[in-house]
Amino acid sequence: MSRRPGFVLEVDKSTPPTLFWNGEGFTLETLPEGSRVVYAPEPMKALDDPYAAVRHALLHPVGDRDPLPALLHAGMKLTICFDDISLPLPPMEAPDIRQIVIETVLDLAADAGVDDVVLIAALALHRRMTEAELRHALGDRIYDAFAPHGLLTQHDAEDPDNLIHLGQTERGEDVEINKRAATSDLLVYVNINLVAMDGGHKSVATGLASYKSLRHHHNPQTMQHSRSFMDAPASELHTSNWRMGRHIADAGVKVFQIETTLNTNTFPSSFAFLQKREWEWNLRDRATYAASSASLRGAPPRVARQIFHSIESPHAMTSVQAGEVEAVHAVTTENVWRQQGVDVTGQTDILTMGLPYICPYNVNSIMNPILVACLGLGYFFNLYRGKPLVREGGVLILRHPTRPEFHPGHHPSYIDFYEQVLTQTVDPVAIHKQFEESFATDPWYVHLYRTGHAYHGVHPFYMWYWCAHALEHLGRVIVIGADPKAVRRLGFSPASSLNDALEMATDVVGPSPTLTHLHAPPIMMADVH
Amino acid sequence: MTSLLFERSLPRFAAARIASTFGSGRGAALGPLRLVEHDAPSLPGEGWAHVDPVLSGICGSDLATLDGRSSRYFEDIVSFPFVPGHEVVGTLSGDAVGADGAALAAGTRVVLQPVLGCAARDITPLCEWCAAGHVGNCGHLAFGHIRPGLQTGYCADTGGGWSTTGLVAHSSQLFAVPEGLSDADAVTTEPVACAVHAVLRSGISEGDLVAVLGAGTVGLTVTAALAHLVASGRCPAPRALLVGAKYGHQQRLARELGATQALPPDQLPRAVRRQSRSLSFGGAPGTTATLSGGADVVIDCVGSAESIAQSIAMVRPRGTVALVGMPGRVTLDLAPLWHREIRLAGAYAYGTETVPKVRAPRSSAARSASAPSATSAGSAGSAGARTGGARSSVAQVEEVSTFALAFEVVAALSTGRLVSATYPLTRFEEAVAHAGAAGRRGSVKIAFDITKGHTR
Repeated sequence: MSRRPGFVLEVDKSTPPTLFWNGEGFTLETLPEGSRVVYAPEPMKALDDPYAAVRHALLHPVGDRDPLPALLHAGMKLTICFDDISLPLPPMEAPDIRQIVIETVLDLAADAGVDDVVLIAALALHRRMTEAELRHALGDRIYDAFAPHGLLTQHDAEDPDNLIHLGQTERGEDVEINKRAATSDLLVYVNINLVAMDGGHKSVATGLASYKSLRHHHNPQTMQHSRSFMDAPASELHTSNWRMGRHIADAGVKVFQIETTLNTNTFPSSFAFLQKREWEWNLRDRATYAASSASLRGAPPRVARQIFHSIESPHAMTSVQAGEVEAVHAVTTENVWRQQGVDVTGQTDILTMGLPYICPYNVNSIMNPILVACLGLGYFFNLYRGKPLVREGGVLILRHPTRPEFHPGHHPSYIDFYEQVLTQTVDPVAIHKQFEESFATDPWYVHLYRTGHAYHGVHPFYMWYWCAHALEHLGRVIVIGADPKAVRRLGFSPASSLNDALEMATDVVGPSPTLTHLHAPPIMMADVH
Repeated sequence: MTSLLFERSLPRFAAARIASTFGSGRGAALGPLRLVEHDAPSLPGEGWAHVDPVLSGICGSDLATLDGRSSRYFEDIVSFPFVPGHEVVGTLSGDAVGADGAALAAGTRVVLQPVLGCAARDITPLCEWCAAGHVGNCGHLAFGHIRPGLQTGYCADTGGGWSTTGLVAHSSQLFAVPEGLSDADAVTTEPVACAVHAVLRSGISEGDLVAVLGAGTVGLTVTAALAHLVASGRCPAPRALLVGAKYGHQQRLARELGATQALPPDQLPRAVRRQSRSLSFGGAPGTTATLSGGADVVIDCVGSAESIAQSIAMVRPRGTVALVGMPGRVTLDLAPLWHREIRLAGAYAYGTETVPKVRAPRSSAARSASAPSATSAGSAGSAGARTGGARSSVAQVEEVSTFALAFEVVAALSTGRLVSATYPLTRFEEAVAHAGAAGRRGSVKIAFDITKGHTR
């Protein structure tokens, strides 16, 4: 049977209740008649032989790049950088794409007699990965061959000895990236493109950058003018990264970019109903939903979190392309849209979303309130091309428990951001001006980022800036079933039920509003006409 | 004519102690405090006057006494039975002389500086502390022609504010209430004076990071005092004032009164760490995380073992922890205090403060309450050297009574807003229970309105 594309359902009397994610759980909600539900396209067929596909891509690059073997020679300095724990979501079943790609690259390097090879996890300001996470991403063989010799490293954006300033772009943006990567004869970047925002020049210009460099595009002004992040030509974030990427190339850094795309086969068979359309649920799906909902309702949040974070996604590689950064990314973006794109006609007054337990920054961790805001207003809101799904001045209704819980090891500066910044203001511009620098340069956060597994001190600011476009665009944000104090701290409004939320929304959008529900995950991109 | 009388009764002490385990202030119902018919105390001698209380506050030290939790240290400087109440605004029932030497006519509103020092005890010569104006440090609290008592409200001979029969006060204790201050403002003068003294005792320097732990009456008045003393050039300006306040209304008030940041107490160490840009170590179960740096000055307005330990953990090496909240017997690990050479400084009561001289004339409130012994360390014309605003020069200092400074704070920041509820004496059990649960109940200062619910 051929794959079915994305679909916009109009709710009528016969429509069964719609699944809403609710953190470490889910619920069914009855949407008003006439509402629309946007469903993701069904998964594309996976590549039959990923290893062969990767090898083919390396030997047949796109853009102005020689095949990889021609770029490898004995005595050279080779650095292989790869996306970190934030991709893909949820973490994928072994073997991870990074393992497949890097094993292939290493085979070619070995054939060419290259022996100065270093692997770098491109963390940017994310937390360092644990050994288990690195082993999962790269496989034991690579880990055991490199890590004991100090050849598997993680980018340290605060290590002055391993950063190099490559000058400024024509707009005066500092370009400061990992020195080992920048001074190598060849920088191979291994990317996993979960959404259209990932990859391209952003891989190196962001993933291997320092705060000094990142602050030029991770700020409220840039974020407000990125409409959306998922549509690079309309994204100021990407425009800045592209300027930096070209500057990096002009500075003589030779990048061989390898990008991969995934299908939307997001959940294992035990949770298959999560990516099915509700009217197609069979008896087993209904039973699984009922049993899992009941058990999750009774489980303490910590236990529910453990259950969900143990999920490994079966999503599989649908394409791999390699070569020159921009040429590669153009193909990648096309493939991402082919998998995730859904045509939607017209905007809506109210957009609803159920937020899941995971976002790029809480893998094996806790989804704190700031990350909830970021996932809803930063990521899901921006899953569009053209126009946002919700009209300007419209209402966004989220469903998530939004407990004021934080992982003290992973998100220490988030706690202070929540307690000491959001209590003063929720305005991204004011936050940027008043607080960012003190957090960014705080020696304790720097210490924890460099030596522990903590996100950088400035990271919660970036999460808040991700929301800047949505905050400017929306008339109100309502969160259902959440901790009311936490929701108010974020500047949003709490509601106890969908009906209450809809009632509250009418104050902003008037009576009889239109409503659209984004049925994600699986991830989709709305092409709004 | 009734008074709340606190008698020595061991069974009732024990009952109060047990009752207080169910919450602060619960000891009032079962303890040694009783509402009794009571005659007005007689004047102990010359220089004394009768004062009819109008409002009389309930202080944390009163609660500790009623709950049987007071330190035994005080046993010999208290005499029984006594009428509590040392935060008093009242009216003079006859002509008198104020602490500044000015004549005060009958009916004048006065507040009480309650310490019963050498002057009140008719002891000559004055002890060295009273002679220096530091009446709070008087060494003669158990001697003289009146019975022992560190303050009015703890002395069997003077009466106290929780009484319709009035109290007697020595002229050294009387401060006329400046015009424009309400009774609610005036009744906060005594706690504000304590706060003024604490701020000035804590040794704050320009650019310091100051943390205040606790935001009940003590913490909030300390916040207000610091803010105003800085604004008026009486105290060096800290770069930030962080206040640990448990309840929302306390956080709001702290911000209104001048805190840079007000946040829950468990968040205070994190805020101090952030402001001091220091590292943090320790914090395993059973221990307190310590900062590599920390606040220059921590003002502990709680006085519990936990708050003192937290204060020590938040202060920088060689910094100062000022204890303003009345502590009792506490168990503390003093290793960090020793290792980091931290100064632990008590701050009690009031007297005379040495402060920078300011050019701008003080308010009439302050002038009317100037200490009689106020002197200038500089020449009479030296104030003219100050040209750049209140804080431009601190070369000249003067001695000013703590109450004079307190009146300035009260007037500038309307600290009467801290008085959340008043009760008649007849409802003393409710009043004390309310005071004991003030934070939880969204309140700050609870006072007796002596004019309510009875005729004099």
